[in-house]
Amino acid sequence: MSTVTDPPANSPPTPALRCEGLRKEFGPIAAVADLDLELEPGEILGVLGPSGCGKTTALRLIAGFERPDSGRISIGGTVVSDDHTMLPPERRRVGKVFQDYALFPHLSVAGNVAYGLAPPAPGLTAKLSTLIGGLMAGVGLRRFTKDPSHDERVREVLDLVELSYAATRYPHELSGGEAQRVALARALAPAPHLILLDEPFSNLDAALRGSVRQQVRAIIQRAGASAVFVTHDQDEAFGLADRVAVMRRGCIEQTGDAAELYQYPANRFVAGFVGDATFLPGRIDAGDLQTELGALPLGATAAGLADGTAVDVMVRPESVELAASDDPHAARVLSREYYGHDQVLAVELSSGSVVRVRLGPGLSYDRDDRVILSLRNAPAVFEHNVD
Amino acid sequence: MAVLIDQLSSVRPRRSPPSFIWLIGILIAALMAIPLIYLLIRAAQADADAWRDLTRSSTLRLLKNTVFMALAVTGGSAALALPMAWLTTRTDLSLRRFWSVVTVLPLVVPSYVGALAFVAAVGPRGSLQQALAPLGVDSLPDLRGFEGAWLVLTLFTYPYLLLVLRAGLRSMDPAMEEASRALGVGPWHTFWRVVVPQLRVPLAAGSLLVALYVLSDFGAVSILRFDTFTRAIFVQFQSSFDRAAGAVFSLTLVALVVGVIGLEASIRARGRYHGLGATQRHRRIVRLGRWRWPSIFFLALTALISLGLPVAVLSEWLTRGSDGGNAFHGAWTAAWHSLSVSAVAGFVALAASIPVAILAVRHRSVWSLLIERISYFGFALPGIVVALALVFFSLQVIPGFYQTWFVLVFAYVVLFLPTSIGAVRSALVRIQPNMEEAARGLGHSPSWVTATVTLPLVAPGLVAGFALVFLTTMKELPATLLLAPIEYDTLAAEVWRAADEAFFAQAAAPALLLIGMAAVPMAVIVGRENLRE
Repeated sequence: MSTVTDPPANSPPTPALRCEGLRKEFGPIAAVADLDLELEPGEILGVLGPSGCGKTTALRLIAGFERPDSGRISIGGTVVSDDHTMLPPERRRVGKVFQDYALFPHLSVAGNVAYGLAPPAPGLTAKLSTLIGGLMAGVGLRRFTKDPSHDERVREVLDLVELSYAATRYPHELSGGEAQRVALARALAPAPHLILLDEPFSNLDAALRGSVRQQVRAIIQRAGASAVFVTHDQDEAFGLADRVAVMRRGCIEQTGDAAELYQYPANRFVAGFVGDATFLPGRIDAGDLQTELGALPLGATAAGLADGTAVDVMVRPESVELAASDDPHAARVLSREYYGHDQVLAVELSSGSVVRVRLGPGLSYDRDDRVILSLRNAPAVFEHNVD
Repeated sequence: MAVLIDQLSSVRPRRSPPSFIWLIGILIAALMAIPLIYLLIRAAQADADAWRDLTRSSTLRLLKNTVFMALAVTGGSAALALPMAWLTTRTDLSLRRFWSVVTVLPLVVPSYVGALAFVAAVGPRGSLQQALAPLGVDSLPDLRGFEGAWLVLTLFTYPYLLLVLRAGLRSMDPAMEEASRALGVGPWHTFWRVVVPQLRVPLAAGSLLVALYVLSDFGAVSILRFDTFTRAIFVQFQSSFDRAAGAVFSLTLVALVVGVIGLEASIRARGRYHGLGATQRHRRIVRLGRWRWPSIFFLALTALISLGLPVAVLSEWLTRGSDGGNAFHGAWTAAWHSLSVSAVAGFVALAASIPVAILAVRHRSVWSLLIERISYFGFALPGIVVALALVFFSLQVIPGFYQTWFVLVFAYVVLFLPTSIGAVRSALVRIQPNMEEAARGLGHSPSWVTATVTLPLVAPGLVAGFALVFLTTMKELPATLLLAPIEYDTLAAEVWRAADEAFFAQAAAPALLLIGMAAVPMAVIVGRENLRE
């Protein structure tokens, strides 16, 4: 290997994507407000947030379909957008997979994949033949259009997404999962620096989602591509991404891997949005956490909170242990949802708060049973009324 | 044109369209408004006498005639088109594709040609009488007047309704019929209680087209000697050339048309429950069983009368009337005139509808909506009204243009621009901006994206828009008669002259050519309908 092109061993690799202080307002509303994001080469980042949080706008800013009001975007080390620069989408080398796939209905699968490969051919004849071919296809005279399914790169990419058998089909002849993979193949074909996916699985059956998700992940990894996708679905984010950024009101609230976000959420919003959680009121008192469930130890999240601070205590369903009780004033089991691999009980505390508790499949409690709750470990706490 | 086509695409992020698009749009709207505004000005200048004419009993009789005819033809068309639409979309009718094409083919026969053939075939001394003469039949009852005009107009306008009904039936969610059947309701009652009510909107839309056609028909009612408003305006124009009276009568006719449009709009507003986008679902095919032969008989009989009869009569005249080649002598020139003027009208209408459709679809605002609405004026203006307004307008305002090609093409564009805008608009609406963004993201410049993605996707709409305008222009009669340059005879005008002078045999060659040439754009339109199936 040449020593000239090798980066110095100690410097970090150029990020595939870096957004700094990105901001975009629509009228009085800031869809994206001071967004910072960084993506390593080969990484898959999921942006998770409720609808309307600005995640789709963020993707459009990165792809170049919107101009940011301020901030800077670099892709593969090249600044594509800042106060002085606004590279048009076609010069950013970003592949985008749309929520509804946006496949070109007048082109075959191979034609769709090849579309981004051939930059407008030089020479008038080549251009004209492409134009006329497109028009022919548009009015239904497909026999007269050139079939690009023999191009090497088209074949290669279709192999990658395991769709070689469908090269000559048209978008309306594809199943949802196939259309999804064609959209991905089309985006991957020009070997972009970055792939963006907008709610990639929302148009698929629930039953299909899991398997397609794993396929997509495998394809992106095999292609060695870096990817950002946005979703409102936590399972989707955790299942596909290496790292997840939780977004709200145009800002990233927290970035981390799935376990980090779930176990150590940075704030109450993240705690509630990622996974199932009940919040109980509590107070910090002389090194302990006073709650309805008794005095609990203080965890890392309580560091820096003064005595007497009112807090919200996050209770995850699987962190609760139950014990039977004879006390008629103890907590009461309200209902039980049995899922097979586990079960979720709703337990009403004497204050009226309802805590969800996840147990193993063995049946042990029924409705109206009296129980005592205890937590397996120190719960995360958030200062009350602070988001 | 290239700059214009570039604007079809939404890939350039922009908040407002470039000013030249607005300029073109405003110019088009202004031009389209000329006939109506001119009529209003003229009518305002009319003296009391002209208005008093309106309340004369003869005028009221005309009004009654016109309204009754419109109602009767609409009813008759519905009675024909509803079973036809159902048979050709929902049943196991043999040769269904064939019938679905044949049932709309009468559209290629102009109603005045149909009327002519009808008079020749079943008139008192027509072909039928001659065939029956050996049996001692001296004369057949004269069917001219209301009955004849009703029959002919129904037979040649029902396809408008049929096309709309079929589209409605195709977009209907078959699950509803299945639900009805599952609830224990038989197929017959399901049809009347579930299918027909859902067809209310397409039924109203199609009826509107038929009623508008009847209100503006001039040729057929004249040949069949039935007085309607349109005919009266023409006769009045030829006899007196009285501008004010013509304007008053024209405005009355326009008011009638607007009333019909309002009726349709109110029905549509009350019935917003279709287009559930469930067309992908499997459609159950009804077995006709013992109704198979009656159904085929019904379709075959209609086709025989509306297609077979005119073609047979015209062919007979052609062979009988003259020695072959001579019959076509003048017709070829007229055919060339028809072809060129229709093609020019088609292109001009298409070029004018592109900016209007772009404004209406890509840049929605009060102003773009206004431009679009004004461009639709022609829809409410019968051909005779536009023609009359333009005769007076060109004589008074731009004298050099009277009876020139420009005014003729302009009249056609005013009349048929709505058709063309409708086609371009619906093609443009269907393109998701996503598709263009996807193309852009794949590394192509906006112009290239427009050329390789947007244009191919709207191309079918452009072709259909052109074909529709071409077809209707070719068949148009009153505006052609009033505005065509002297010595510039089109096929329609030739047919009319021959019929007017009762030289029926001379009408044969141009009429057959007209039908043949109209069949080409018709094939395009029918082909597209089948493509969607």
